[in-house]
Amino acid sequence: MWHIFGVEIDPNPIWTTLSVALTTTLVLLIIGVPIAWKLARMTSRWKVLFEALVALPLVLPPTVLGFYLLISMNPNGMVAETLRFLGHPDGQLTFTFVGLVVGSVFYSLPFAVQPLMHAFEQVPQALLDAAKTMRANTASLFWQVILPLSRRGFLTAATLAFAHTVGEFGVVLMVGGNIPGETRMVSIAIFDHVESLEYAQAHVLSLIMLIFSFAVLLSVYGLNRKFDVKVG
Amino acid sequence: MTLKSLLAASIVALTPMSVLADELKIAVAANFLKTIETLSQGFEKQTGNTIKVSGGPTGKLYAQIENGAPFDIFFSADQKSTKKLEDDGKIKAGSRFIYAQGRLSLWMPNVPAGVEAADVLKKGDFKHIALANPKAAPYGVAAEQTLDKLGLLETLRPKFVMGENIGQTYQFVATGNAQMGFVAHSYTVDPKHVNTGSYWLVPLSYHSPLDQDVVVLKKAENSKTAQAFIDYVRSAEGKKIIEASGYTVPN
Repeated sequence: MWHIFGVEIDPNPIWTTLSVALTTTLVLLIIGVPIAWKLARMTSRWKVLFEALVALPLVLPPTVLGFYLLISMNPNGMVAETLRFLGHPDGQLTFTFVGLVVGSVFYSLPFAVQPLMHAFEQVPQALLDAAKTMRANTASLFWQVILPLSRRGFLTAATLAFAHTVGEFGVVLMVGGNIPGETRMVSIAIFDHVESLEYAQAHVLSLIMLIFSFAVLLSVYGLNRKFDVKVG
Repeated sequence: MTLKSLLAASIVALTPMSVLADELKIAVAANFLKTIETLSQGFEKQTGNTIKVSGGPTGKLYAQIENGAPFDIFFSADQKSTKKLEDDGKIKAGSRFIYAQGRLSLWMPNVPAGVEAADVLKKGDFKHIALANPKAAPYGVAAEQTLDKLGLLETLRPKFVMGENIGQTYQFVATGNAQMGFVAHSYTVDPKHVNTGSYWLVPLSYHSPLDQDVVVLKKAENSKTAQAFIDYVRSAEGKKIIEASGYTVPN
């Protein structure tokens, strides 16, 4: 327990929130890169369809998204069955840390993919072609050409995905189950305090969130200025 | 004449009642939402007044009322928030009373009727049991007290998953994510909600009473319609509706 301004604060939801947000950001960067790259280089008229699909979580109310996740991840459903087939002990993702990450990945997907996509669109094709004539393979293309040119995109994607997951409420509410130390995130803890009329705790916890998030955003935008890359 | 005013004029002309008809805004705790809708329909039919119902978690509604929400009546899920409103002078003097006592019920969709709930709980042959978060909902407190009475609270705690309200708790069970759960009897009494397995209506002696308070808010202090609705809730017809919805009405 922490004591801040004479108010007792349980730090566990803070750690859970940070772990979920960090893991989600990592996963989103890994799966976001190929999706964003494909979208950025796509010339087919189907591109709009995929762009719209990626943006869908922006439209859907989080509790609705959470409700469908709750239904699709239930222990008798197809997802659970597939996971059991792959060796997961019971296949249930709801009420677990992994379930929260899965939910957050859906929820924050556009926040990671869109900045990456815009960054990738700025990478000149001529540069890639030139590198290829020097027999650069895919890995070195990515690490030595694409990544340095799209640093800002990566930074923005990571920040937005992280921040958006920290502030997540609806999805966590639906699939989390509010288990202390496992799935109880800060947003839920604040909600609980408000519900039980413990306004002092709610205020302090909100203040911690605000200061922390502001510090993160500030340092990232500071870095962003340094990374200002000029192409061409 | 615009279409809108034409429409308004014709409505006034066609319904003589509307001159007298009034509109009430009612805030209601999520667990009583369905029941209040039935009550409002009965009242609207009798009086020609319109009722607008806003459902939500008690704590949220309380915060909204404290900050000037335009409600006339507040049906709470507890007594804490209504007492606070009374202390703050936000209600019509003397209007606070218990309109219903909630009943707690353990819904077990996979257990056939006739099996003792206490045995099922003792056996512990399930992964998750859902309850409302005791911090946010009185039904959660009652569920913990019930398990405590059975001597199973700490044994079963690792299996807890908690909804923020009784509706969400019901959802966890209804979607199969939890194998059983403590819900409001207003759910288990309704075959639309509960039609599989069995349920255990927890005896009142297992937990402290789930007293639910109603208050008329300051804004409606002089409203005859608000008082008429309260009278309707207390009438024989109102009592019948509340009891049929799975609540006890104290005398």
